[in-house]
Amino acid sequence: MANAAPQMKVTDEVAVQITAMNKWYGTFHVLRDINMTVMRGERIVICGPSGSGKSTLIRCINRLEEHQQGQIIVDGTELTSDLKNIDKVRSEVGMVFQHFNLFPHLTILENLTLAPIWVRKVPKKEAEETAMYFLSKVKIPEQAHKYPGQLSGGQQQRVAIARSLCMRPRIMLFDEPTSALDPEMIKEVLDTMIELAQEGMTMLCVTHEMGFAQAVANRVIFMDQGQIVEQNEPKEFFNNPKSERTKLFLSQILGH
Amino acid sequence: MSEAYVRGAILPPLAPPVSERGVVKWMRENLFSGWLNSVLTVLAVLAVYYIASLCLPWLLHGVWNAGSLGECRSIIATNYGPDAGGACWAVIHARWYQFIFGFYPIEAWWRPILDFALLFVALAPVLFSDNPRKAAIMVGVVSVILVLSLMALVPWWALLLTIALMAGLSFLSYTATSKLLWVAAVYPFLSVWLLWGGSVWGPVMAMAGFGVMVLVYRVISPGLGVIMGTALGFVAACIWWLFLGSLAAAAIQSVVPFGLTYVESDRFGGFLLAFVIGVSSISISLPIGVMLALGRQSNMFLIRTLSVSFIEFVRGVPLITMLFTASLLLQYFLPPGNNFDLILRVVILVTLFSAAYNAEVIRGGLAALPKGQYEAADALGLDYWQAQRLIIMPQALKVSIPGVVSTFIGLFKDTTLVSFVGLLDPLRGVTTIVRADLAWKGIYWEPYIFVAAIFFIACFGMSRYSMYLEGKLKTDHR
Ligand SMILES: Nc1ncnc2c1ncn2[C@@H]1O[C@H](COP(=O)(O)OP(=O)(O)O)[C@@H](O)[C@H]1O
Ligand SMILES: [Mg+2]
Repeated sequence: MANAAPQMKVTDEVAVQITAMNKWYGTFHVLRDINMTVMRGERIVICGPSGSGKSTLIRCINRLEEHQQGQIIVDGTELTSDLKNIDKVRSEVGMVFQHFNLFPHLTILENLTLAPIWVRKVPKKEAEETAMYFLSKVKIPEQAHKYPGQLSGGQQQRVAIARSLCMRPRIMLFDEPTSALDPEMIKEVLDTMIELAQEGMTMLCVTHEMGFAQAVANRVIFMDQGQIVEQNEPKEFFNNPKSERTKLFLSQILGH
Repeated sequence: MSEAYVRGAILPPLAPPVSERGVVKWMRENLFSGWLNSVLTVLAVLAVYYIASLCLPWLLHGVWNAGSLGECRSIIATNYGPDAGGACWAVIHARWYQFIFGFYPIEAWWRPILDFALLFVALAPVLFSDNPRKAAIMVGVVSVILVLSLMALVPWWALLLTIALMAGLSFLSYTATSKLLWVAAVYPFLSVWLLWGGSVWGPVMAMAGFGVMVLVYRVISPGLGVIMGTALGFVAACIWWLFLGSLAAAAIQSVVPFGLTYVESDRFGGFLLAFVIGVSSISISLPIGVMLALGRQSNMFLIRTLSVSFIEFVRGVPLITMLFTASLLLQYFLPPGNNFDLILRVVILVTLFSAAYNAEVIRGGLAALPKGQYEAADALGLDYWQAQRLIIMPQALKVSIPGVVSTFIGLFKDTTLVSFVGLLDPLRGVTTIVRADLAWKGIYWEPYIFVAAIFFIACFGMSRYSMYLEGKLKTDHR
């Protein structure tokens, strides 16, 4: 990619490997034969119509959802029902949700230090320093002692990103991080995400922000009805879609 | 033909007209905002006046010093005319101690009084965990009341000792509130010892049981894992409590005898009994309620089924039935020859009863939490118990505070039902005894009003505290 910052290098180390994965909700076959490999340093945007299984797919990667067939290997650890593996994977994979899911009974600082203190057993003082570092990175250090309810949506989402980063994850998952935001707040969150991408974070983002995809993604995956229909590098994907369904979808979201 | 207009000077704000100010506005808005409201206001004023005209003379004619109901009546007749009614508070003056202590021996009154004061010391760090000033104020006020009430009951050196103890605790509550949690941890054992007396080594050995549990856990868990460690530790503690502990206590007692005179359970009565049952049931039923609520939501079939059956069974059975069970059936089922204390049996059943209700209230709180909270906790790598303790329960309990406190208030008032199994509750038990006295035969309202007033103070206190807590925990800023 031409506009990629020098650090945005894709290595040849595998971060996530999904092979022949299937998942059902009851009798509903929600994910069908998913195969995908994510290299460390890759930034992948997943898009597709509502209900196509995008959230389910990325939630399988940190086992918020359980898959029934196939294999998911995250950072060399296979996800099975073994709780030890699940906890290990979860502490290395950060997740940002559409509705932020901050803990409303804790201050921003407490939200950020909770998992490092209890999961990583980091001393409180050190955890707070890390928290302040990431709060400055998302440009809201002055909000540290407020409660989530006192912040705007964009600020809350940036706190949520910082909360994940405090665990020093190796992979970040984003599930429509800007869909619940007012238009004027979308940019501040996207800027944070772009900065993160430029630092070389491995990212899987479910999003319909095509500007973001063009700026930082090195692969766009299009899903429909539980399947990966098409994937390509962003320029090709947008300018020269191969499948009819992709063309239809793109014409709908790009509005022409 | 419009002219351009620009205001040159900005007008200063004026005071609102009289009808928008002060008392007049308040009355117009709150009492006479429409004809229906006005009619209701007038009716309410009339009703209040009517009730006051009935009660006030009776209350104001009250007599505090008299030896019998007859004497009361003659005093009222001479002062206010032959037809005047009046309250005979003299009965409270003469028999108040029975409402408070039942038949608890007078020379040991200092024990429940001290115990009650220590209850507040133990509660201070729990109730005001982040506000040392309030904790210290509470402990200080309790200390003063304690010393005043002990003045007539104990010798001077004991009083000095009490003053020193309470001064120390007050100081500690301000400088290191969380240190008082030690008082809270020791309190259950101390309290049992103070109230029932007997050898001090019994409660000490009961406490040592927890030490045994921790010790076994420490030894076992590195090798055999946390679950085995917990289970074996629990088993060891049970063995200790059932067999070894009492032997050890007896052995130490024979070498270093130290204890208080033993007070039988049937001497307990009045508010002493109500508080013993109420406080112990309240404090044990909350954690059990939490566990039941979690059990009901568990993915494990056996745990879920057990929790649901327990909750539904208990909620389907009247408390009175459970109390009769406590007094009769348990005696049949337990091995013969044991004398399982009646108060203890009642406490266990009342606890289970309110635990089931608490479980349902807390389940409501759990249901009110968005699924995203669980997901965020999971995604951060917290395990089940961490997520419950740090994320889920603090929020669920906060939502449940009004319901849980309602259960507690109900429980506290329901302690009066123990009169049905022969315990001396303040409402029916003690009043019946007092009214059976020839001197006070025929007295009716006064004892009940007195008992109601004390219940009101306790329940209103709980209700106000719950409102304080709700306000303090309000962080959603909606
Ligand atoms: N817990 C669930 N139980 C049953 N069906 C579900 C559940 N979660 C999602 N689904 C269904 O699975 C499909 C995919 O959902 P999702 O992954 O959320 O789609 P997307 O994020 O692409 O909009 C949808 O049809 C949705 O209705
Ligand atoms: Mg979705």
